[in-house]
Amino acid sequence: MSVPQYRKAAAVALVAGLGLSLTACSTKSDDKGSTAGGKVTITVDCQPVGAQKELLKNWNDDVAEFQKQNPDITIKSVSVGEQCNNPPDFTARLAGGTVTDVFYGYMTDLQQVLDSGQAMDISPHVNKDAIPTWDSVDPALKEVFTDGGKLYAVPVKNYSMGLVYNKALFQQAGLDVNNPPKTWAEVRAAAKKISALGNGIAGYSEYSAGNTGGWHFTSLLYSQGGRVLTEDGKKADFNNAMGKQVLQNLKDMRYGDNSMGARQLLQWGDLLTNAGAGKVGMFIGAPDATQAIVSQFQGKFQDWAMAPLPGQDGAAKGTLGGGEGYFFKKDLTPEQVKAGLKWIAYQKLTPGKGQFDYVRAKPQNYPVGLPQPLLFANGSDAQKQELELRKANANVDTANFALFEATPVPIKGEPRNAQAVYAVLDAAMSGVLTNPNSNIDALLKTAEEKVNQLLAAES
Amino acid sequence: MAITTVPETPRKPGRPPSPYSARPQRTSLGRKVRDNLTGHAFLIGAVLCFVVFSWYPMVRGIIMSFQRTRRGETTWVGWDNYSRIIADPSFWTAWQNTFYFTVLALALGYVVPFFVAILLNEFRHAKGYLRILVYLPVMLPPASALFLFKFYAYDPSEAGLFNAILKALHLPTSQWMQSPEMTMPAMVLASTWMNMGGAVLIYLASLQNIPGELYEAAELDGAGIWRRIVHVTIPQTRLILALLAMLQIVATMQLFIEPLILANGAGAEDSATSVAYLIYQHGFFQNDLNGAAALGVIMLVVLAGFSAVYVRLTAKQD
Repeated sequence: MSVPQYRKAAAVALVAGLGLSLTACSTKSDDKGSTAGGKVTITVDCQPVGAQKELLKNWNDDVAEFQKQNPDITIKSVSVGEQCNNPPDFTARLAGGTVTDVFYGYMTDLQQVLDSGQAMDISPHVNKDAIPTWDSVDPALKEVFTDGGKLYAVPVKNYSMGLVYNKALFQQAGLDVNNPPKTWAEVRAAAKKISALGNGIAGYSEYSAGNTGGWHFTSLLYSQGGRVLTEDGKKADFNNAMGKQVLQNLKDMRYGDNSMGARQLLQWGDLLTNAGAGKVGMFIGAPDATQAIVSQFQGKFQDWAMAPLPGQDGAAKGTLGGGEGYFFKKDLTPEQVKAGLKWIAYQKLTPGKGQFDYVRAKPQNYPVGLPQPLLFANGSDAQKQELELRKANANVDTANFALFEATPVPIKGEPRNAQAVYAVLDAAMSGVLTNPNSNIDALLKTAEEKVNQLLAAES
Repeated sequence: MAITTVPETPRKPGRPPSPYSARPQRTSLGRKVRDNLTGHAFLIGAVLCFVVFSWYPMVRGIIMSFQRTRRGETTWVGWDNYSRIIADPSFWTAWQNTFYFTVLALALGYVVPFFVAILLNEFRHAKGYLRILVYLPVMLPPASALFLFKFYAYDPSEAGLFNAILKALHLPTSQWMQSPEMTMPAMVLASTWMNMGGAVLIYLASLQNIPGELYEAAELDGAGIWRRIVHVTIPQTRLILALLAMLQIVATMQLFIEPLILANGAGAEDSATSVAYLIYQHGFFQNDLNGAAALGVIMLVVLAGFSAVYVRLTAKQD
């Protein structure tokens, strides 16, 4: 074959190949049989993975019961592994357009989801008829998923941070388990005593990698009364006395007292692994951190208790709150949206059902009695119902969370562009936790410059 | 001594007549395809793979680097993403870290396997076993190998393997990955251990192609081991050396898995942030796929530049 002809043949093959691949791609959009024969089909994610046998069984039972009650709706569950708690996976699915019809996201994800153009404005569809407990859902949570007056997701979980502490280690160190530290000075003193137990135990443990360092810096700053960004969200607002105090506290504990353990650069699973192994005296976290310690990291419920977030000189002035919700993919039919809302109402927002099915959870040793998820507004009918059910079926000692519940700290939401800001603040946290000679002023100044550049570029 | 004759190189033989010139120039394409059906079937598969998995993503990435997606609307923003990404203070930190890693990896990961290969080549006994031992780490999945380093070798407490050794030798212990100064050397050490086997095998193959007569002649001229290495081994393996240097530069500049696993990403005070990790950070944590694409294109240009220099240098040597 002559060279030009060979090229021609290759070109034909290329065009044919491209045509084939395009045809293959286009089959995806043909999947419009969602409302065929009067039946509506929706895909939903976050089906528990196979290894979580009981959770998966609960999920499947919920799907079966829901479909029995709604024979015109078919739920196609998708297990996406780590997607439901792993930002990179979530971003990849969002960018690739492979999210399910009804998809899970963090409260910090709203802008990202809107930018991707994947979400639908569900304001016209969400009301008491679609979700019977809608009026009881905390308005502040609805606000988090609202942009320009339009609602884009239904909140299904909410948390706030407090001081999580190991009662067993407190007792061993001679500390009063019923009187946990209320200020950072008290945390420091208690951490010293706990770490004196030796055996690689950290009195207090903290994150500094994988964006979790920035996440906790924000919470610690809120406890001082500070904020990460200015009111208008356009500039960094942590390079000040309060930001300095947060880092100084940590540096003093890490290098002054040597009470934070040798291994730093911890991210979510690292700290909880150490906690599950009984090597952490205190850390800040949400109530469900104890759940993860037990279900994933082989810890014991009876060892853990929670107190409100400590403040600098007295009670904390604020604590970080966050949570998650379900978005609806754009271009869904009104029937699909209706079906999706019905499913979420059933599985996530009805006391006694789905995530609130405490009667089912109790014998499965799945924790009942944690002060979470804080979904319903104070005094609302749904909240009263949920609280009664929770108390009646508690399988964890609710006294362990009584202090946390009885002393609410004002909750502040996450800053704009939270994940990017947290990534920058990781460096400041890792600086004071890994370098005894770190310069706190320089760390804060660098982080401030980076955050300001980031925000300027985003605007 | 054996007398070798070098065949005389023909001088400018001229272009041979084309084997196609006698054939009719135009035959139907369909006929040609039918005649070589199997070959074309293989070709289509290969071309498709390249188009779908290599060229399309690359072209798409370049296009994305000039676009911005907001609220589902994609607009053309020219060089905006590039100027934004260059203005990011982490941009220069990442390049600085990456170059530092590359230089260290060249000094350690490139030179050490060469000398290990020379050493192995000298052994008379148990050659096969020794080669397997050297190659063994390559068979370990990189993530597993790095976790071994992270949790056992680089444990900053005195229980850590390396710290225990240092302590036994009455040397000061290190914080390893938790020390900004040690981050890069520690990553290079782990990376060299993981990848050395492959390079050693290539060097060994190259060393075994060197005619023994050259060493005999050098020895007769009184050359010691170093002079033999400098005057025989290195010149004889220069093409392989150049190729591996190039591959080493290209591979090490794409440093990603080491920071991700050993340093949980950015490391102590950003000391582990590499360009590839920054791309990941922008794309998947900062919701900035366009910025990530721009940084990817910058990296592509830099690596292409290195490759061009390599091609030019080796062409001259030939």
